[in-house]
Amino acid sequence: MLRGLWNLTWLEIKIFLREPLGAIGTIVIPVLAFVFLGRATASASGRVPSTSPLNSLLSSGGVPTLVSILITISAVLSLVTIISIYREGGILKRLRATPLRPWTILTAHVLVKLSLTALTMIAMVLAGKRYFAVGPDVPLFSFTIAVLISTLSILSIGFIIASIVPTARFAQPIGAIIFYPMIALSGLFFPIAQFPPALRAVANVLPLSHAASLMQGIWIGEPWSAHVGDVGALAIAFVVCVAISSRVFRWE
Amino acid sequence: MSLNPIAQSHDLGFLSFAQAETLSPHEATTRNPVIQVAGIRKSYGKNVAVDEVSFEVTDGEIFGLIGPNGAGKTTTMECVEGIRTPDRGSISVLGLDPFRDVYELQERIGVQLQQAQLQKRVKVWEAMHLWASLYRKKTAMGDELLEQLGLAEKRDAWFMTLSGGQKQRLFIAMALINEPEVVFLDELTTGLDPQARRAIWELVRGIRERGKTVFLTTHLMEEAERLCDRVAIIERGKVIDIDTPQRLIDRHCPERSVTLATDDPLAQEHLARIPRANGVERHESRFTIRGTGDGFVTDVIQCLSENRIKVTAFRTDLPNLEDVFLKLTGHSIRD
Repeated sequence: MLRGLWNLTWLEIKIFLREPLGAIGTIVIPVLAFVFLGRATASASGRVPSTSPLNSLLSSGGVPTLVSILITISAVLSLVTIISIYREGGILKRLRATPLRPWTILTAHVLVKLSLTALTMIAMVLAGKRYFAVGPDVPLFSFTIAVLISTLSILSIGFIIASIVPTARFAQPIGAIIFYPMIALSGLFFPIAQFPPALRAVANVLPLSHAASLMQGIWIGEPWSAHVGDVGALAIAFVVCVAISSRVFRWE
Repeated sequence: MSLNPIAQSHDLGFLSFAQAETLSPHEATTRNPVIQVAGIRKSYGKNVAVDEVSFEVTDGEIFGLIGPNGAGKTTTMECVEGIRTPDRGSISVLGLDPFRDVYELQERIGVQLQQAQLQKRVKVWEAMHLWASLYRKKTAMGDELLEQLGLAEKRDAWFMTLSGGQKQRLFIAMALINEPEVVFLDELTTGLDPQARRAIWELVRGIRERGKTVFLTTHLMEEAERLCDRVAIIERGKVIDIDTPQRLIDRHCPERSVTLATDDPLAQEHLARIPRANGVERHESRFTIRGTGDGFVTDVIQCLSENRIKVTAFRTDLPNLEDVFLKLTGHSIRD
């Protein structure tokens, strides 16, 4: 049932770009912040010296991973907000009284968010190339795939929130309460191996830890075969979350 | 407030419903039923919103569900549209089950919802274009519809900039985009000024002219009377009676009244002798004569002319659906 999907997706992109604050917040500000950071730490040669801690953070894959996760989560939070605004305003209900399926609506919004996330990341890579010496050995293509897999998995958690939050006012805080602790436990800040056992068990079931491990590993050149477990965990999370959200989806 | 003690009992509804079926055979026998609703019930928690509601809508008619806010009109309509599932009872629309065949049904009906919204920054033509793309049946009549509904110059305007009437007309246009066989209109003129309301009534009549069936809800009795071929009066989740507006009036409120002003000293005596008059009330030089039957007003005029009574004012008051509602429920629809 692709009928209407492309039209809806394209329309939602246009509508999103018409809302000046949303477009600036998701695309312009992250890119500007990145460029500003580069300029501030650049040496006379106009590049960030490879000995700078910034560059070593970059080459370890921690920073690109964290940035990707943050961008993804901001996309998920905005997805959750939009769906709840649509629900509150009766737009979802109006869409329901058509042959549209709920998942077509969600898919359209996911495509919108994915393309905006991709756009933001490409803009950051292009803008950052001047300042940061990303080694030629960084597998950008594989990393992109890893980001995509992680994004879909994180988005699916967003589906559940989007399916049930009653009003837009609650959407953002509920999303934040769920995602930010997940980032803290993702292993990006402290290695999961050093967690106390109970916390380690929690971290291992959270999809974000697997997303972080996958992206970071791919960035530093580890083969996909080393991350089959991560991809599997993310896929399971995706399937489970989509199944739950399609059961609990509320139109109004 | 108990003007009519019988009407307080809702059981009357079933009696008069059965009666209505036998009294209005011509639509039922010459036209096919498009919507059949039998004994549906829907409750939210302990609150029963719709209780044992049954009715039929036949091909090509404008059928109105009328009643005060909260009577169960929208819930009933949304069950028929497949948006809600009744707890009990059965519904058939165009031979389809709105619950099982909801997507098939959506292809063939057009829906305008009460209090619906669109994305603030969607343009009028974009909404029409999107809606057209959602249906199997491909029609290229988006611009034509905008033209007919007087929205042509608003084609490029954002939804949020439209007035209430323009939004309502856009929703009607969207409800018609797939050339539906049945059109559902829920409280479509609520919040509109009288002029916009009249324009919308014309549009709805136009929909019927195209051979479509229209099922609407309204709490405006004037709207129901002017627009609907048949109406079902619904109150507290129950259907009280169903028929054409005129027959409902004739059945429940056959009495009409003439009010006139005259200084003729013998007027009261003459007026009291009118055969079909049920009573004459006098307030100084004003007389109000009540009577039943079509010939009653003629009788009054005849009496005035035969007795050469000079009148300075003359007014006929015919009962309307508002009076029927008051009679049947014991309260005004605005209470």
